[in-house]
Amino acid sequence: MTVAEPGSARTAAGGPRPSLTELQRTSIETRRLIMQSIHTAGAGHVGGPLSVTDLLVNLYFDRMHLDPAQPDLADRDRLILSKGHSSIALYTVLALRGYLPVSELATFDAANSRLQGHPDMTILPGLDMSTGSLGQGLSPGVGMAIGARMRGLPFHTWVILGDGEIQEGQVWEAAFTGARYGLSNLTAIVDYNKLPQYGWPHESGHTRETPIEDPGGKFAAFGWHVVECDGHDHGSIRAACDAALAHTHGPTCIVAHTIKGKGISFSEGDYLWHAKVPSAAELERALAELDAQEIALEGRA
Amino acid sequence: MTATPTITPTVPLADAPLEALRDAWGNHLVTLAREYPDLLVLDGDLANSTRADIFKDALPDRFLEMGIAEQNMLGVAAGLATVGYVPWISTFVPFLVKRALDQIRVVIAQPHLNVKMCGAYSGILTSKTGKTHQSVEDLSIMRAMPGMVTIVPADANELRSAMDAMMRHDGPMYLRVTRDASPVIFGPDHRFEIGRGVLLRDGGDVGIISTGVETIRALEAADLLAADGISASVLHLPTIKPLDVEAIVAVAARTGRIVTAEDHTVIGGLGGAVAETLAEHHPTRMRRIGWQDVYGESAPNDFLLEKYGLSARHIAEAAKGLM
Ligand SMILES: Cc1ncc(C[n+]2csc(CCOP(=O)(O)OP(=O)(O)O)c2C)c(N)n1
Repeated sequence: MTVAEPGSARTAAGGPRPSLTELQRTSIETRRLIMQSIHTAGAGHVGGPLSVTDLLVNLYFDRMHLDPAQPDLADRDRLILSKGHSSIALYTVLALRGYLPVSELATFDAANSRLQGHPDMTILPGLDMSTGSLGQGLSPGVGMAIGARMRGLPFHTWVILGDGEIQEGQVWEAAFTGARYGLSNLTAIVDYNKLPQYGWPHESGHTRETPIEDPGGKFAAFGWHVVECDGHDHGSIRAACDAALAHTHGPTCIVAHTIKGKGISFSEGDYLWHAKVPSAAELERALAELDAQEIALEGRA
Repeated sequence: MTATPTITPTVPLADAPLEALRDAWGNHLVTLAREYPDLLVLDGDLANSTRADIFKDALPDRFLEMGIAEQNMLGVAAGLATVGYVPWISTFVPFLVKRALDQIRVVIAQPHLNVKMCGAYSGILTSKTGKTHQSVEDLSIMRAMPGMVTIVPADANELRSAMDAMMRHDGPMYLRVTRDASPVIFGPDHRFEIGRGVLLRDGGDVGIISTGVETIRALEAADLLAADGISASVLHLPTIKPLDVEAIVAVAARTGRIVTAEDHTVIGGLGGAVAETLAEHHPTRMRRIGWQDVYGESAPNDFLLEKYGLSARHIAEAAKGLM
């Protein structure tokens, strides 16, 4: 068996690498579409998708080797959104990346839609694994990484986990196995937004406790290389991904510090926005805030 | 019901050589692997019990030890399947079907991935391990899962042929493999076909429908009945799903009395499947032989078969009860 090391030449996802400003612009557009889609669907999650937005934008636009026209390419990089309830963020990024028409986002959760509440790989090309039952995504990631090594394929597998999700025991079975097999072609990213759906009440009485303390220390104890980053700063995410690919002695865990509901004042850090449908007025306010962020971004650029 | 049914010949039980299905399984994987380069075997720290160790010794590069982490093992298999490998998973039935059930559902059955799940030490005869290791309800669970092909061979030759068929079929499959040596009743050219029942005896008084190694005891029961002047049909169903509805209805129509026999609970497995089928297509009086809604215990095989009502005598008595 030969270990296929991820070459840095493969990291550009086709064409020149986007600037950090371009990535930020894409993030804002993604958040806009997420809010619109949830509003249209009258269902879905908000907090988790907004928290994972920058990670997904960074991976799909800056990092992963892929071709939207050939979603089954044998050597494409793989992404598993283990926290499958954040599907609308993934669908939106896939749409902006060219896997599906942006207009299709309006069918999210509707009858006969390819955009199921939780990702279904049997109906939407571009999904590398079906998820929705938490705690299960890292194991297929281990399988893909072992498979890549055995086949001599140079692809990298990225798995995004929620911090509440990693309370599941199977995650730690997979962590053990990933380290045991020395899978340097595998990276787990913990979307560390410090809020689950309900969890334990925080002593302040206003919010909830962090679902799990020190995820990085836990992954390190299982033999993983651990990197921390600001999960809303594209430069920081890029550097963490670079560090993950540069590590050649086993898997890397990126602990991405994030804010649940990021980007919209009223959903940020509020566990009640885990799954809540924005009213017309809330949508309008959210879009106005995102417009303001874009104007500020263009001013800086 | 005009055509004369085709009877598949079996070796007389007194002459049948013994072979353990688990040994046949381990050896045949090696044969299959030489033909199919994508075949891999995943083990949950039980290879020297399930006989996956035969494969490990022959083809170590295609054997993946996953440790005592069954839920993860199922997920790893799903990932490997997406890269084009054909993972064969082996552990004891309870640790596969029940410990990792949600994993089977979400990353194997729902995405319809090509993973071959093999439940070793199936049924009640698990070598004195007791209820934690015996499998009473795996068939009910697996056959309830959409798209899950469920196979229970009667002997080593049928097992080998079933494994060949499994490699030709793309999709999630469950195979039950027993532990102890049992009679090889089929010849080496016996051909297993997914979803096809095998008629072993053609008698007009009662129809015994059985699966797995319990079919050996069904044949013994037919002999016991013959000695009492009762002629029994024996229909062996090595596939619980998809079910051979036509064969079940045909034997019910011919005999008017049905006894099902399986090393499994009577709720939802073979007995349940046959009852559902007949209720819908050809209502027939029937009895179900199997575990009667109980968990087992550790004890010698003969004791267990007797106490839990799985012996040939029990099948024959159930048949007589319908006369
Ligand atoms: C096995 C399982 N248990 C429970 C749920 C229901 N559920 C969906 S999201 C969620 C909270 C997830 O929290 P976290 O992983 O932190 O995700 P995020 O905060 O990023 O949304 C729960 C409990 C589920 N989908 N799967």
